[in-house]
Amino acid sequence: MDFTGAYTPDHLKFLFDGFLITLKIAVISIIASFVIAAIVGVIRYTKIPVVSQVFAVIVEVIRNLPLLLIIFFTFFALPEIGIEMSIEMAAIVALTIFEAAMISEIIRSGLNSIDKGQIEAGRSSGLTYVQTLWHIVLPQALRRMVPPIVSQFISLLKDTSLAVVIALPELMHNAQVINAQNVNFIIPIFILAALMYWVVNYVLSIVARRLELKTS
Amino acid sequence: MLDFSILTENWDMYIEGFINTIYISVIGLIGSFVFGTILAVFRIAPFKPLNWIGTIYVEFFRNIPLLIIAFFLFTALPTIGIQLDGFKAGTLALIIYTSAFIAEAVRAGILSVPKGQTEAARSSGLTYIQTMNLVVLPQAIKIVIPPLGNQFINLVKNSSILTILAAGDLMYQADLISTRTFVTFDVYIFVALFYLVLTIPLSTGVNYLEKRLAKSN
Repeated sequence: MDFTGAYTPDHLKFLFDGFLITLKIAVISIIASFVIAAIVGVIRYTKIPVVSQVFAVIVEVIRNLPLLLIIFFTFFALPEIGIEMSIEMAAIVALTIFEAAMISEIIRSGLNSIDKGQIEAGRSSGLTYVQTLWHIVLPQALRRMVPPIVSQFISLLKDTSLAVVIALPELMHNAQVINAQNVNFIIPIFILAALMYWVVNYVLSIVARRLELKTS
Repeated sequence: MLDFSILTENWDMYIEGFINTIYISVIGLIGSFVFGTILAVFRIAPFKPLNWIGTIYVEFFRNIPLLIIAFFLFTALPTIGIQLDGFKAGTLALIIYTSAFIAEAVRAGILSVPKGQTEAARSSGLTYIQTMNLVVLPQAIKIVIPPLGNQFINLVKNSSILTILAAGDLMYQADLISTRTFVTFDVYIFVALFYLVLTIPLSTGVNYLEKRLAKSN
């Protein structure tokens, strides 16, 4: 173990750069997947025929597959049918597809948790169905969805490390690059990398718990 | 169209990976259930240092990527003289990671058993460990089964990281097949089907149990 050799300014900067990529990919993916999930979740909630069932099947399939398989598939299999992406794009697409399926379930169950009587009340006071959803159901449901979505973001931050298999230069990958120089760096570098993930995720998990207490 | 000859010609390899993935997941579940239950009991035991150990463990391992644990066991431990092959390192990483989640599920189950029962058992002369084993844990298990099922699904999916350690799981076998046949798209679609054969029945079962539990309350 060589802590002083491992923690040189160059190495620390390299790790930190990797962590910025991790954060960037995670933030882009969570925003993209929230938008997709909101559409899928609302369509499944309102039970629009056919589309709703098709989405249900797609969501079930994606949720039940390993993320690693989806990453491999996006980067290695899609080019075979003519869809080629950069490493960064493939990572974002794979994470977004997987997370959108997860978050759409959160959104759907958030919407379902709002008492049906409220919709009836909204409708009978003259609001249209869309108005009822927008002004009455969504604001309440959103509050309940925030804590599980924060938890999902923690999973996403951890899952970004899987993109190491397609050589995305995120934290895990950069740690491996430094480790390849000298076996004595491996333990110190992994400890530091683990702590970087831990600090951000632990803070987020506290935020999620606070929000949960507030909403319940 | 999918080329089904890839499936039939490499059937043995797929099945080998399929069985390995089941094997890894089952060992992972048993290991992390035992270890997770111990951690859960640590977290609620009437002895502060045990609480701290339990809490630190859970809060640490829940918040770091599984992959970093796996890499640590596989590449860092050999530098201090502990050699683990990909299979052992990967399975151990799965257990270390998953037990943090199972500990939380078991703890929630234990806390759902009314305190009066513990007090009643203790005042009728049972020791703390007897109370846990005979009174609290059997009741807690009912609430713990659905989240445990979810963790098993996660284990099946997460076992794919053993691919990165070249440990012969389903995803790894698919990788081998694709390098041998020069086909990736079809090979991955078939491997996805193998995963779904495992995970879809499990998640349907967990959903059913969750609904039944919600009704019985």
